[in-house]
Amino acid sequence: MAQNLQAVGSVTPSQPQSQLDADAGQAYFDHVMAEDSRIEPRDWMPDAYRRTLVRQISQHAHSEIIGMQPEANWISRAPSLKRKAILMAKVQDEAGHGLYLYSAAETLGTSRDEMMGQLVAGKARYSSIFNYPTVTWADMGAIGWMVDGAAICNQVPLCRASYGPYGRAMVRVCKEESFHQRQGFEILLELANGNPAQKQMAQDAVNRWYAPSLMMFGPPDDDSPNSKQSMAWNIKRFSNDELRSRFVGMMAEQVRVLGLSLPDPEVRFNEDTKTWEHGPLDWEEFKQVLAGRGPCNAQRLERRRQAHDDGGWVREAATAYAAKMAAKNEAAA
Amino acid sequence: MIPTGSQPSQAQAGSLAGVGPSTGSQPSQAQAGSLAGVGPSTGSQPSQAQAGSLAGVGPASATRITPGNALRPEDIALEVQRGEAKPSEDVGEYALRLGDDALILAQRLGHWISRAPELEEDVALGNIALDQLGHARSLLTYAGAAWGKTEDELAYFRREPEFRSAHLFEQPNGDFAVTIVRQFIVSYYQYELYRRLTASTDATVAAIAAKAVKEVDYHRDHSAQWVLRLALGTDESRSRLLAGLRLLWPYVGELFEDDALTARLGDAAVAPSSMRADFDRLTNEVLTEAEIDVPDVPSALGGGRRGQHSEHLGYILAEMQVLAREYPGASW
Amino acid sequence: MSPSNPQPSQVPTGSQPSQAQAGSLAGVGPQTGSTTSGTATGWPLWEVFVRSSRGLSHVHAGSLHAPDAAMALRNARDLYTRRNEGVSIWVVPADAIAASDPDSKGSFFESPQGKDYRHATYYVKSEGVKHL
Repeated sequence: MAQNLQAVGSVTPSQPQSQLDADAGQAYFDHVMAEDSRIEPRDWMPDAYRRTLVRQISQHAHSEIIGMQPEANWISRAPSLKRKAILMAKVQDEAGHGLYLYSAAETLGTSRDEMMGQLVAGKARYSSIFNYPTVTWADMGAIGWMVDGAAICNQVPLCRASYGPYGRAMVRVCKEESFHQRQGFEILLELANGNPAQKQMAQDAVNRWYAPSLMMFGPPDDDSPNSKQSMAWNIKRFSNDELRSRFVGMMAEQVRVLGLSLPDPEVRFNEDTKTWEHGPLDWEEFKQVLAGRGPCNAQRLERRRQAHDDGGWVREAATAYAAKMAAKNEAAA
Repeated sequence: MIPTGSQPSQAQAGSLAGVGPSTGSQPSQAQAGSLAGVGPSTGSQPSQAQAGSLAGVGPASATRITPGNALRPEDIALEVQRGEAKPSEDVGEYALRLGDDALILAQRLGHWISRAPELEEDVALGNIALDQLGHARSLLTYAGAAWGKTEDELAYFRREPEFRSAHLFEQPNGDFAVTIVRQFIVSYYQYELYRRLTASTDATVAAIAAKAVKEVDYHRDHSAQWVLRLALGTDESRSRLLAGLRLLWPYVGELFEDDALTARLGDAAVAPSSMRADFDRLTNEVLTEAEIDVPDVPSALGGGRRGQHSEHLGYILAEMQVLAREYPGASW
Repeated sequence: MSPSNPQPSQVPTGSQPSQAQAGSLAGVGPQTGSTTSGTATGWPLWEVFVRSSRGLSHVHAGSLHAPDAAMALRNARDLYTRRNEGVSIWVVPADAIAASDPDSKGSFFESPQGKDYRHATYYVKSEGVKHL
């Protein structure tokens, strides 16, 4: 295979030129879905499938990148050097996760620059939970245990997403996330077993992050118009409410090990439906925060924008240097 | 070329897989185009060439993760607990100096995570910060053994005059150019330092240095790469880099000052002045390639080793120590 | 977006899969020309291959952006081997990878189908004969 792609493409036109080709593409796509197999970047795929994936993967990537900020907020004040190292590694991992995911989204034809542009322009969404402030050290524990815990519940099924690059990125992310959740749990455990002020700090954090972390799974199923299509496309494997219920169950068990409590008296296991139930959530607040009225929306975006703008001259310098060296090597050759 | 030696071989000629004989001088060994890269680059390694089937161990092989094995701060703490490692007060004081340098730098570098010029650089600077923090923890753990203190007691409950960091490490991040210049000076200094300390008569210091020198070698490479890019990139990057060099070069002198302690320690430590020539030669090689003259600026009076610090350290400590001091004696 | 970027600013449509610019993971057909697939300052895309231990092949691990090969290697080290995942790394400009055409999967990979005489299991009469 010494031909380049263009040549290959011209031998066997890969662009459906007619309705017939589109029908063949659709048929093949449907076959892949029915087989629960994987779609790869150069396969034919429906416009809407591609758009959905770009939106979901880029939002996911943005969430990782914006999600660095609330935790980076405590790197400089971590109360022990061991915790400082762990937190630094964790926040750094999140940058890595964002990069894996941007790469996956790029295979769909949208460049990272473009996605980043949409983010800093305030046109892209990210997980709204990161618009809440981290006000105490215990928030590092709650984020690790609850927010990362919820993320893992969401992400493990995504390892089997029908789009190959997304699934592969998620495999890598999930492997790394498991340390994130455990370190969060340990932070809370240490606090819960510490002095009364520490224990109170831990309980406060659990109280504050509980509802937002449950809302990370998205709106209730009857108010989630896109879910059905995503499930039909084998991108999403479980509904929002299914995942949320599973998550509540895990929290309810684990919180006892911590010696803390969930701020929701209605959490219970329903023997009839065999699912975990929880009290009502304030979806109005969720929508407000999503719409940009959370405590930290403006701050988070400004910080990202500033890092991006401040780095402009550095990126330009590296690009210019690469061009100069390439020209030099060419001249020498 | 950059004289770091740590350079991943830039894949000369070789077959796709033979990838670059590591002795860049013999690219012509180019193993005949086998895709599988059977020919190891040094030849010293009998080609393990397990038949292709083994290679297919599965897609997971690119994501297999292991903790690796290397000297960790926890190992040193264990040795200290068991009484197997106990420095003299002089060695403790010396470890304190190196540990404080690394700690303060890690604190500074940590600030870049989520603010770097590109996401890849967030990760790169984060790695360097983590390396430095690791060195700090090992060194402070060992130092603390001289006075029955833990790494955290030293980091969080000493007052400013009790810190021993040199002024360079305390300097603010500035823009990316300033951070790179600081890292450039630091890593070339630390490389010379740790390289020599691997032969320290103090076994624990030597062991810490043996781990650190490899990591710092990479830091040299990282900073040198960026010095070249900023110096030869655009007019703006060059002027920012030159400004950074003028800003920070005055603090180079303090790193190489001998004093009574280093004299007393003899072969357990390194006489700072003995490293200056190598530092000058190697940094100069990079600066020459970057078409830059070593800044002609007067050396600043230091004093960090005696507890006389820059104006910056107080703020660094205030931030770093605030939570730990709010709950003295608490466990985290 | 600078005008030099060939990419349309809207999400590409499903009807043109093989044109996906700036794509990573080697699956995507690059444009012709330079390796710079981003904007004026956007760094080009590199595919990263990691050898997890000696004796094994390099396996595709993912991709990243870097201004040149030297930085791509270093970024790959930081991004893809933070947990001892590798002992060797390759980086390749994403648009230097030629890929087979996904739509020819029928014909391109048809030939080996049905040639079971290429496999040892085809030969049943020798079953039971030692060391064969």
